[in-house]
Amino acid sequence: MTPSILIISLLLLSFIAYQLGKARSLTVVGGARGIRNLHSLPGHYGLLTALWCGLPALLVVLVWLAVQDQVLIALISAQLPPEVRSLGSDQFVLFLNDLRNVVAGNIPASQVSPATAAAAAEYLRLQGVARLALTALAFALGIVAMLVVRGRIRADLRARNSVERVLEGLLFLCSLVAVLTTIGIILSVVFEATRFFGIVPAQEFLFGTKWSPQMAIRADQVGSSGAFGAVPLFAGTLLISAIAMLVAVPIGLFSAIYLAEYAPSKVRSVVKPLLEVLAGVPTVVYGFFAVTTVGPLLRTAGESMGLSVAGESALAAGLVMGIMIIPFVSSLADDMITAVPQSLRDGAYALGATRSETIKQVVLRAALPGIVGGVLLAISRAIGETMIVVMAAGLAANLTANPLEAVTTVTVQIVTLLVGDQEFDSPKTLAAFALGLVLFIVTLVLNVIALYVVRKYREQYE
Amino acid sequence: MNDAPKTTIGTITVAEPVFSCRNVDVYYGDKHAIKNVNIDIGRKQVLAMIGPSGCGKSTFLRCLNRMNDTIVGARVEGNITLDGQDIHDKQQDVVQLRARVGMVFQKPNPFPKSIYENVAYGPRIHGLAANRGELDEIVNQSLRRAGLWEEVKDRLNQPGTSLSGGQQQRLCIARTIAVNPEVILMDEPCSALDPIATARIEDLIDELRESYAICIVTHSMQQAARVSQRTAYFHLGDLVEVGDTNLIFTNPQAKLTEDYITGRFG
Repeated sequence: MTPSILIISLLLLSFIAYQLGKARSLTVVGGARGIRNLHSLPGHYGLLTALWCGLPALLVVLVWLAVQDQVLIALISAQLPPEVRSLGSDQFVLFLNDLRNVVAGNIPASQVSPATAAAAAEYLRLQGVARLALTALAFALGIVAMLVVRGRIRADLRARNSVERVLEGLLFLCSLVAVLTTIGIILSVVFEATRFFGIVPAQEFLFGTKWSPQMAIRADQVGSSGAFGAVPLFAGTLLISAIAMLVAVPIGLFSAIYLAEYAPSKVRSVVKPLLEVLAGVPTVVYGFFAVTTVGPLLRTAGESMGLSVAGESALAAGLVMGIMIIPFVSSLADDMITAVPQSLRDGAYALGATRSETIKQVVLRAALPGIVGGVLLAISRAIGETMIVVMAAGLAANLTANPLEAVTTVTVQIVTLLVGDQEFDSPKTLAAFALGLVLFIVTLVLNVIALYVVRKYREQYE
Repeated sequence: MNDAPKTTIGTITVAEPVFSCRNVDVYYGDKHAIKNVNIDIGRKQVLAMIGPSGCGKSTFLRCLNRMNDTIVGARVEGNITLDGQDIHDKQQDVVQLRARVGMVFQKPNPFPKSIYENVAYGPRIHGLAANRGELDEIVNQSLRRAGLWEEVKDRLNQPGTSLSGGQQQRLCIARTIAVNPEVILMDEPCSALDPIATARIEDLIDELRESYAICIVTHSMQQAARVSQRTAYFHLGDLVEVGDTNLIFTNPQAKLTEDYITGRFG
């Protein structure tokens, strides 16, 4: 049986176990009338039986699938002819690659060396045996567990408690997946970045002002020295994010205030969903908008005022990114403003405050921590935004504060460095990971500050 | 159900009323929440409004400073005058009205500001203090009159929410009297407080009566008896009976009033 069919069969078996356990619990107490004598509901007994039947067997299958390849390769390696075993490590890796390709059916066995073909045949034979054994083992395990549990069902068996413990464990595992993934991502970035810093010193990377990562792939190519000073990238990212926030924060905040405090419910019911649609537009589309509309528009406007605006300018990218972030800021701020208790507004009105006094001095004051947190989250989004800047900001690593010139950002460079042919031990490629690490640290710090601000003011005002 | 308004038993008028309400009806959408209420509110005395939940006493209280304006779908009809001026008159600015008619709510609702700023808020928005010194004086006086000064004088810069529930409610009272209103409306001001804090607020109400007209909505008949001079009994939107507190509690004229204060319902 192939693994997928095996897993489906085990699920079916568990379903049968569920029915058996449920039926058994009813038999024990003499039918549906006796349910009140059972410690748990019949379904709990069914689930208990199903879990015991399915989980251990599934676990065995999954563990075997995870280690199968290594075990089989180890077994085969032990009985390879001596001339293959004496190959260098690089050659041996190639041999194993061929072997795997033959096993997977990508290469016909006739096109590889007889040794490889023989090894592949052996691999397939062992795999067949293993599958048979696995199927037998899993079914035996499942059926035995099912029968044992079924036999132990009594009226006072605490099935519900056991089932709930298992479910709790499953929930815990699910939450662990997200955490482990994050740790994995951090480790991979840190590992590659460390390799980069082994080649390029950290000071040069962090404080150098020249960015030109054109490393030669071969040592004898011309122009084989690259410059990895990331300051122009940081400056570009900062410039574009600043422009974006200058657009997004006032517009987002004011529209949130209007929607939450002033808008009649009819206007609110139309405008709010529309704003949220804006949040759902793919960033690529914003990129088109920046390149085809905003960029040329700024250029024409700049020419008419005697300014020279680059076709790809920080301003165009920043403006469009700001528009993209507006719904983010406005919906967070709107939530915060609506969450301010009506009693505070009443208190201000009762003192004779006007609407705007109430909003400025009481409502916004109470909503401030949430709004600041939301703005910080928006900043970390702006810094991490990629698609718009790839399309609209350009690739030139200019160190400038002039928003009319083309600049480049950390994310754009990461994309550029990792697109196309690459070699994972060249500083050019590794630089992407170093940039990623910086980006990660900056957004992490921003998020931590955001959480801190929110928590600090919450302590005081709620 | 009989929707016709009933005639109020007792004396609805007082000499030199501060508020005079005639034929007041309030609707929340289709719901007729207050039915043809007529009552005067006297100076330097406490009027207690009692009645079972949902009888309209809070709604009526909120008519007096037009807080019902903030509720969508609420409609107030009839004539309410403050010192002879119609409060629904087009000339009447609602902001001015609320400066003259302060309100204390059921749940203490200090602003997310310091204790000082909470009290200074009203004087600031109405421009009552010409300089910092005068503002300090107003804050000081208001906190003293609310009986909170001794407890907070060393921590005026701490947030108002750091106080206990009873202190917060006295802070809200201080905030209200800082604007120097003529009338103070209190909507169950002690319902969220423990008995000791309640006793302090009741003492405070007794002192404030010397300067202000006070209307208090309460669910506690003992409280009504302790703090008020006049009592009004509301039932299902009708003002059933109004009169001297002593009379209402010793010799109620209406059957409904008697049933309520003797604890037969409510």
